[in-house]
Amino acid sequence: MKLHLVAAIAAISIVIRGPFIPPPASSHPAFGRPGADGSPQARLIIAASPAPEYTLGSLRIKAPWMRATPKGAMVAGGYLSITNLGIKPDRLLSIESDIAARVEVHQTRMSGEVASMRPVDTPLAIEPGATLEFRPGGYHLMFTDLRRGVKEGDKVKATLSFEKAGKIEVEFVAGGVAAMGPAGGGPPMKPMKPMKPMKM
Amino acid sequence: MLKRIRTVLWVACAIPVLALLWVGIVTFTQRTDDVSALQASGIGGRFKLQSSAGGELSSENLKGKPFIVFFGFTHCPEICPTTIADISSWLAALGPEGKEIKALFVSVDPERDSVASLKDYLSSFPDRIIGLTGTPEQIAQVAKEYRVYYAKHPLKDGDYTMDHSALIYLMDRDGKLAGTLTYDAKPEEAIAKLRRLLAAAA
Repeated sequence: MKLHLVAAIAAISIVIRGPFIPPPASSHPAFGRPGADGSPQARLIIAASPAPEYTLGSLRIKAPWMRATPKGAMVAGGYLSITNLGIKPDRLLSIESDIAARVEVHQTRMSGEVASMRPVDTPLAIEPGATLEFRPGGYHLMFTDLRRGVKEGDKVKATLSFEKAGKIEVEFVAGGVAAMGPAGGGPPMKPMKPMKPMKM
Repeated sequence: MLKRIRTVLWVACAIPVLALLWVGIVTFTQRTDDVSALQASGIGGRFKLQSSAGGELSSENLKGKPFIVFFGFTHCPEICPTTIADISSWLAALGPEGKEIKALFVSVDPERDSVASLKDYLSSFPDRIIGLTGTPEQIAQVAKEYRVYYAKHPLKDGDYTMDHSALIYLMDRDGKLAGTLTYDAKPEEAIAKLRRLLAAAA
């Protein structure tokens, strides 16, 4: 009879705990500490790959890339990562490009099944040792009111302005219309989607 | 007395076991998309919209054919182009097997997405995706039928962006909901669900 009691308690405790539900994937960490996100390894991969890397003062800018735009598209998303290797914080003030009337920082959010995009106020601080990361599903640069379309393989120039480090011109290398990471630029944030447009 | 205690304990034991079983059944059916429950959801309905392929496309034209519907807009840098490309790649992977599946991209931004701009936009993708647009009222109606949330969100300088449901609906030959896919679905999952959609009898 004691056994029955034990079984009952065990069953109740299982019911109370409920079925195991995996925790949702963590929201996008826009600011990652080097090391915590495996960037020392990433640096090795970058060194062996053709993805461009830029240095401006104590800032290291890695693999700027964007997607080719479908015909007639007025917007394009751009991505890169900026690491502050210095001992003082810096701030990303603005981004400018000839290709677009303006370049804003936006964030994609999913709430349930609803996708939304919200502008993020600049300047954006980059603390010493931190990486400001733009990647699909999180922060992206929104090239708005495009003056021309972007084709796969294009290198789109843009100027990044920082409060302390100053200005630098970088090139965003365009992948396909559905690219999920820089071409040949280290591990993609999400698995690369195999789709290539068949018609341009 | 002893018998009574035993009965009480058996019942006490049976309740959580049954509850556990019920939780299991619910979780299982949710995972596998219980088709009858989806059909009963009432999602889907009649529509007649302007098609990027020319002319109008109505729900009547789709009778007897399974189809995919999703909602988006062309001023969307991330989710919309990648979803269009994903669906194209699933259909390409199915090959001739999936030939009868129609894939519809309904604009939730009819103000900016004209038939011509949808046609241009989709010309950058394999030609399996049909763009649909209409008057704001027609879009509101189709969104209501598919229980799709969308809303305009103003940006600086009079610009705006759209919040919208990114769910992909799989509709059966009767125009009833038979399954859903999320925008980040894995190709294997998507292809398996599309095969099931094709296999379902009219």
